[in-house]
Formats: sequence, structure tokens, C-alpha cells
Amino acid sequence: MSRIAQRFEQLKAQGRTALVPFVTAGDPGPATTVPLMHAMVAAGADIIELGVPFSDPMADGPVIQRATERALAQGVRLADVLEMVRAFRERDSETPVVLMGYLNPIEIMGYAAFAERAQAAGVDGALIVDVPPEEGHELVTTLKAQGLDLVYLLAPTSTDDRIKRIGGVASGFVYYVSVKGVTGAANLDTADVAEHLARIRSAVELPVGVGFGIRDAETAARVAEVADAVIVGSAIVGRIEALAETPERIPETVAAFLAELRTAIDGAR
Amino acid sequence: MAINADTSQAERLDPGRAAAYDLPDATGHFGPYGGLFVPETLMHPLEELRLAYERCKADPEFQAEMDADLRDYVGRPSPLYHAERWSRELGGAQIYLKREDLNHTGAHKVNNTIGQALLAKRMGKTRIIAETGAGQHGVASATVAARLGLECVVYMGEVDVARQEANVYRMRLLGAKVVPVTSGSRTLKDALNEAMRDWVTNIDDTFYIIGTVAGPHPYPMMVRDFQTVIGREARAQMLERTGRLPDALVACVGGGSNAIGLFHPFIADTDVAIYGVEAGGEGVETGHHAAPLCAGRPGVLHGNRTYLMEDDNGQIIETHSISAGLDYPGVGPEHAWLKDSGRARYVSITDDEALAAFHHLTRTEGIIPALESSHALAYAHKLAPTLRPDQSVLVNLSGRGDKDMHTVARHDGLVL
Repeated sequence: MSRIAQRFEQLKAQGRTALVPFVTAGDPGPATTVPLMHAMVAAGADIIELGVPFSDPMADGPVIQRATERALAQGVRLADVLEMVRAFRERDSETPVVLMGYLNPIEIMGYAAFAERAQAAGVDGALIVDVPPEEGHELVTTLKAQGLDLVYLLAPTSTDDRIKRIGGVASGFVYYVSVKGVTGAANLDTADVAEHLARIRSAVELPVGVGFGIRDAETAARVAEVADAVIVGSAIVGRIEALAETPERIPETVAAFLAELRTAIDGAR
Repeated sequence: MAINADTSQAERLDPGRAAAYDLPDATGHFGPYGGLFVPETLMHPLEELRLAYERCKADPEFQAEMDADLRDYVGRPSPLYHAERWSRELGGAQIYLKREDLNHTGAHKVNNTIGQALLAKRMGKTRIIAETGAGQHGVASATVAARLGLECVVYMGEVDVARQEANVYRMRLLGAKVVPVTSGSRTLKDALNEAMRDWVTNIDDTFYIIGTVAGPHPYPMMVRDFQTVIGREARAQMLERTGRLPDALVACVGGGSNAIGLFHPFIADTDVAIYGVEAGGEGVETGHHAAPLCAGRPGVLHGNRTYLMEDDNGQIIETHSISAGLDYPGVGPEHAWLKDSGRARYVSITDDEALAAFHHLTRTEGIIPALESSHALAYAHKLAPTLRPDQSVLVNLSGRGDKDMHTVARHDGLVL
């Protein structure tokens, strides 16, 4: 069983919803990321999503775009991100790490080389934003051969046919994009999310995470009532941006925010 | 990734079997290129777009409406002009110019925006968005939006907004909102990212008019179909005028919509040589250029797999061309396929060569070409003398040079 599946089993047994923070690797500098990952785990993160910087992040809102630009300006590339995961694994062999990004850096490295290197570094899965199942066959096969999960997105525009199809090829969990929009959107409608999740659960057996637009303890708690995982990105990355000049303060600040989310999520069930 | 692995399709492009050319396939691929590399939110809307387009394509009423607009509003058919003085001077092949510069709004771009705007109307969309580099596609989009009474938002890199002031003003006069894009390199590729972000956010009422033969399926096919009016007309005009097909076609390639529009109706005519001309900038060897087919490699950007300008880590790199309309790190996937299959050849022309051709056509034929089109003219200037006077070269004069006055003057040390 993969580390991701194992983690969801544990949470299910405990009756808890996963807290999944997203940070862009190498933002605001490469030295920040590994200590930040440990601090997030200590504050209650169940799975970590690590953004791989790409020059053209077309699904991201301004907050994560700027994080990407900061990381790229520091020269952070896919190979560096894999090295960060390897360093993280020296002290944490349990928390699943999912890479989130765009296809082109992987395409250049080569699917097989990426899968091998990611597996060796201790990565558990990947969510490639611009790879729908129609284009994902070769990638999913290559990742699976190394025991890696390919997490797929579902959206408010996904038809029942698509939901079924994606449920059939995804592994680890599926990521429901709660709004029509980019990361960091402001207009999360929890009733609407609950309705979509019911539809998804009737066709997909995997755990369902919800992300995009979860900005505070209150929205996190509301989403936690219906989701298996609450994914928070821009709200964390915005806090990192505010401290870009004093990066030594980032881990404790993000940890304090996650602790707040953790309490709210655990209180919701 | 399986570049060059699809031999069955390579065989289909074999000269003897060229009549079978029928790409993209049902999933939007041209061999290994093209496809649908977009976030899940866009997948169903793109499927709806594909179905709506298939319906319109088969609908005689839609085609009649489109033909009438192209005739009465755009001014089609555009003339075929024999550049006799220039041909005589070079002493080689006869050069013919397909005069897309005479279209309403001054370039080939309007052929596509007319089609997509009619489709938007059929689909009940009330708002259109577009990306633009030089501003030509933005103007063509704002124009059709004004005519159909649709709200129009145009995304344009901050750098381009500054260097194409006149076109920004034209768009605003036409009632469009021009949004300067400040992310990334602040040029065309970033404007495309921003338009995608708008589309994913406003998917219910918004139609995204992509300006070139790139992006996710069905855009490369749909934009091509709207632009093939260029090649269909030119083919008939050449046959009528000279009694035979041209020996060579030449067109500039940024995203490649004017080029594919000219090339596509000739793909099965294997005796016709096809040349696509990329922007060589300061020279391909300097790295400062926008010639992904000549000097890039395959990758995935903006919804499709194609040749890209990228570094060893898969990051898209900044491009350079004197012509804003060619200043793009990717290229339409069908060009990638035509290159690999050998049916078309892709070459590059530097900024200086394009400028020289700009001045030369202006003084020799009394036609001021766009800097984009000047790249094609510069290559024709090299190609024609290698052919006999009883042969012919057909060049797509894709746009007029009015928009480039400031750029050319600045190069000549003048400020207008």
C-alpha cells in the first residue's frame, strides 16, 4: 500500500479529515523549504503538496504565480525540488509528499527518468495540472511502475462520464477543484461543494480532497465536513510572501496558521 | 512521449499518399503533437466547443453567413498581385503576393475572428476574450465584438502595451477593455496565460478567441479551417492567372496561422515546395530569436505539444524578434508535424534581413508590408533567384505595415 493510501486509512480509522498544505518549493529561497516542511508536519499537516516552479503557471492565481517567480529567480528547478524531498526524508519517512506542477519540466527530464528519480527521492505522487486523463496514459503507467500515485483533478465542469473515467485512472486521491477559477480564488460556495462531492463519491472510491479558495479556519472547517482532505495553498503562500524578507520567521508563522486550521478541521467532525 | 514513433501517420504523409492527409486525428493530435494539455476545468468546455464547431462546420447557413461577412465586411477575396518589378530585378521566379494586407483591419487575423465570433454568438456567449502580442489579433477581436455587440476583454503583455500604443488605442476606440499583463516576461505568452485564467474563471458566459493555430484541440484545427480561405483562394487565383500551381509557397511563422492558412490547401500538391519562415531575431546562433522549429525542441505549453523555446529544465525562455507578432516561444502543432514529416521546410530570417525586405518592397512595389510578413518577403528574395523565370513563388503578404511605422523609424534613428 502506498504511503498516501496508508495515511488516508489511518485518518479514516481516527475519524479525521486530512490537512494538506501546499507550498511552492524554493520560495522565497531554497533553504526555506525543508525546515518549513518539518514545521508543517509538526503543526498537523497529514500530506504535503510541493509546487514545482514553472515559467508559465496558467492554472495559478497571482499569489502562487509570484511564489513561482521568486523560486525561479533563485534557480530552483525540478531536480532541486527532488533533492529537497530527499533531504526531508532524512528525518521524516512517514508523511506523504505529492509534487504539484506542470508537465513540461517532466517532459524534458523524460517520464521514466522522472519516475525513477522521484521514487528514489521519496516522492509519493504527482499532480500534473495540465495532464487530463486523455493525455495521461503514458505518464500514469510510468509512475505506477515506480509505485507512484498520479493524482487527478476534478472540477465543477466535470461531467458524470468524466468523473467515472478519472476515478478509474487516478490513484492516491482525487483533488476536487472547488471553484471555476485559478488557485487563490475567493468565491467558495460550500453548499455547492457538498453537492458535487456527493456526485463524485457515487462514482469514485478514492479519498476526495478539496482545494482552491480555502483561505481560513472557517472555510476549512466547512469543507472538512464533506471532504477527506482539505487542501490549502494560496493562504499559506501569501503568508510566506509577506515574510520573504525575513525567511527565518516563515516556519513558525505557517505552523501557527496550520495549527489554527487543524483545530478547526478536527472540530468540524 | 513518442516523437517520430507514429509511423502509420508518417506513411500517410509520404508523397505518393499525400492526398490522404487528414489531421488532426479524432483526439486532436498531429502525430505526437497537438492534443489537450489543460486543467480539468477546461476539458468539458473544450468538448462543447468542439461539438459546436462541428455542427457549424456542417451547417450551410453558418457557412453562408461567414462567406457573406468575409465578402462584405472583410473585402474578400483578397487580390493576388504579381510583383513584376521585383521579380524582374531578381531575375528568377515570378513572385506573387497574396494580399491579406488589404483585409479590413489590415491583416489575415480577421478571417479567424469573424468565424470564432459567429460561433460564440451561436453558442450564446455574451463575452469574448483574446490575447494579443502586436495588437493585430486584439484589434481584429475588438472589431468583430463591436459589430456583434459583445463585451470584449483583450489581454496584452505590459511590454507590448508600451511598444504598440497605437493598436491599444484602436482597441479602446472599438470598445474593448485592454488589460496589461504584468506576470512573467510580460509579453504574448503571458497574455495567453492570463486569458486562460480568465476563461477558466468565467467559463459559463465567455468565449476565448485564440488568435493562432496553437492552444488545445480544437483550436489549432478550427483556426486553421478559418484561415484556409487564404490558400483556397490563392490556389484558384494562381491556376486562373498562370495556368499552373506555384512552385513554392512562402509565409512567416509565429504561431503560424497565416502560414497554415496558405499551406493547408496545397499539402496534397507535393510538387509545390513549402517554406515557413521563423523570426531569426539577432541570428539563431546568438540565442536571441523566436525560431522554435529551427532551434527549439518538443515540449508542452499552452495546451498542446509542439516545438518550444525552452531551457534544459523545461522552463520557457524569452524570445526576441523585431516583429511583436512573431515574438512567441511556441508554434502551432501542425507546423511541428509538417516539419518532422518533411512536407514543409522551416527557415529563419533575421531582424536586419526582414527590415531590408520591408524597405525593398516599399520602394520597389509601393506596398508597405508588416514586419511579420517582411520575414517571408526576405526569404522569397533569396529563393526566387534560385528558380527559373518560368517558375513562380507565392508569398503570403499577411499584413500591412502601418502599425510598424514607429518601430522602423526608431531603427532608422527617427522618432515619429
